Amino acid sequence: MFGKTVIRSIWGSRSAAACYRRKYTESAVSAAHRQKEIIKSRYIEKDELRPLYMDFQATTPMDPRVLDAMLPYQVNYYGNPHSRTHAYGWESERAMEKARKQVADLIGADPREIVFTSGATESNNMSLKGVARFYRSKKKHIITTQIEHKCVLDSCRILEAEGFNITYLPVQSNGLIDLKQLEETIQPDTSLVSVMTVNNEIGVKQPVKEIGEICRSRSVFFHTDAAQAVGKIPINVTDWKIDLMSISGHKIYGPKGVGALYVRRRPRVRLEPIQSGGGQERGLRSGTVPTPLAVGLGAACEIAQQEMQYDHSRVSMLAKRLLQKIMSELPDVVVNGDPDQRYPGCINLSFAYVEGESLLMALKDVALSSGSACTSASLEPSYVLRAIGTDEDLAHSSIRFGIGRFTTEEEVDYTAEKCIRQVKRLREMSPLWEMVQEGIDLKSIKWTQH
Amino acid sequence: MASCSRSHVISLYRMLMKESKKFPSYNFRTYALRRVKHGFRENQHVDNPRTLDMLLGQARESLALIKRQVRCPPPPLPAQPFCDAEDGVHWKQ
Repeated sequence: MFGKTVIRSIWGSRSAAACYRRKYTESAVSAAHRQKEIIKSRYIEKDELRPLYMDFQATTPMDPRVLDAMLPYQVNYYGNPHSRTHAYGWESERAMEKARKQVADLIGADPREIVFTSGATESNNMSLKGVARFYRSKKKHIITTQIEHKCVLDSCRILEAEGFNITYLPVQSNGLIDLKQLEETIQPDTSLVSVMTVNNEIGVKQPVKEIGEICRSRSVFFHTDAAQAVGKIPINVTDWKIDLMSISGHKIYGPKGVGALYVRRRPRVRLEPIQSGGGQERGLRSGTVPTPLAVGLGAACEIAQQEMQYDHSRVSMLAKRLLQKIMSELPDVVVNGDPDQRYPGCINLSFAYVEGESLLMALKDVALSSGSACTSASLEPSYVLRAIGTDEDLAHSSIRFGIGRFTTEEEVDYTAEKCIRQVKRLREMSPLWEMVQEGIDLKSIKWTQH
Repeated sequence: MASCSRSHVISLYRMLMKESKKFPSYNFRTYALRRVKHGFRENQHVDNPRTLDMLLGQARESLALIKRQVRCPPPPLPAQPFCDAEDGVHWKQ
């Protein structure tokens, strides 16, 4: 099975010749009638070349070193780590504890404070619902932001239905929250503040240290969804005064299906567990810990710690290269999110007068996305872009470029050139672009219905 | 020490590059080649023999890892029965 589907992707020198061209459905941007073309899923044929992967915020490939660490536990050392009576259990438990230490070392925590979960979604659910429900009798207010991940917003919605009072803080146009506003919003009955460290759609880095100070001074628990930040920027939960943190395995070149939750012990954070059972993981998350996945997560964290500096400088260099190429050739391109307070590997660009879906279809041989993977099924523009106040038409034409550990200069160059060519081509076809070239201000036009 | 001699280091480097070229995936192949080159270049002026030993040990482990991984995914094995063919009852030892 595997032999047939291992297809060599030979971009680089052979890119122009070997590319498989398809007929693009021509689409012109029209403000009056927005024809949304849904991108139909199509499987890659036998000898077809695979697209370039530039979507590292959606998921990342597993590092070969991580796979190497996991394989023995998938094949030979398959014991249940909670079996206390035989060697299979003991060796599996030893591997699990070693992985726990590796995860803890990456974030500056104690191994006893790490709980393995099935992913960042479960960790977010656990922290929000768990803290809220535990302190329900005295504290009924929770603060979060409008640009959080869907799982956080959905958990808050459920809590609202249970009778909690949630404040969704707005963000400024650069994607960062206003610290003064946060301070004013904290009430005596606030139990939790949840702000994500690095946003998955626009890549902005929130001022987590300052938020931690504010929360500690007002004795409010601080939860951060650090799925996109762990292993990419240095994090220390003690310096930043974080009480709860969600970690995702498949965003840091680890396996899918595993994550972790950091729960502070001093001062103790109490949670009401969502998953009941045999009391594993300090009673917070019952269920057998998947040893191979936990080992993979631990290995991924250790590798991330060693490679952080090299990866960060490389990703910054590639991001600067991509941005410079695109911005120098194309006018009217907007970078969504703060230019300085960001993780360089996540670039969200809005191309004015071009429709996002048609640009994605035109860039068929690069795997990109507009908006996050969990919202790509709907045709609405992303709520994150709406929260930072982008115009409706710019929000529809945004593309997210993800750069990671395995991206090469050739891939970035190819993506940039292809993007420039396709945007120019689509703009040629656009009547709005014609009007702008003639000097008409689009905002002054009164569109009529017919 | 003999194991830290220049020729030994260079032969280790060559072996690593040779094995890295065998990755079927473009991204892993380019990453391995780039990272190995960077790793050796970064540490070319290290003098302390203990550090050198540790670094060379890491390089050897990486070589073994790459050798294992370039064969991944493994070629499909012929279907192996869990139990002995004859009686269909006893586990294969």
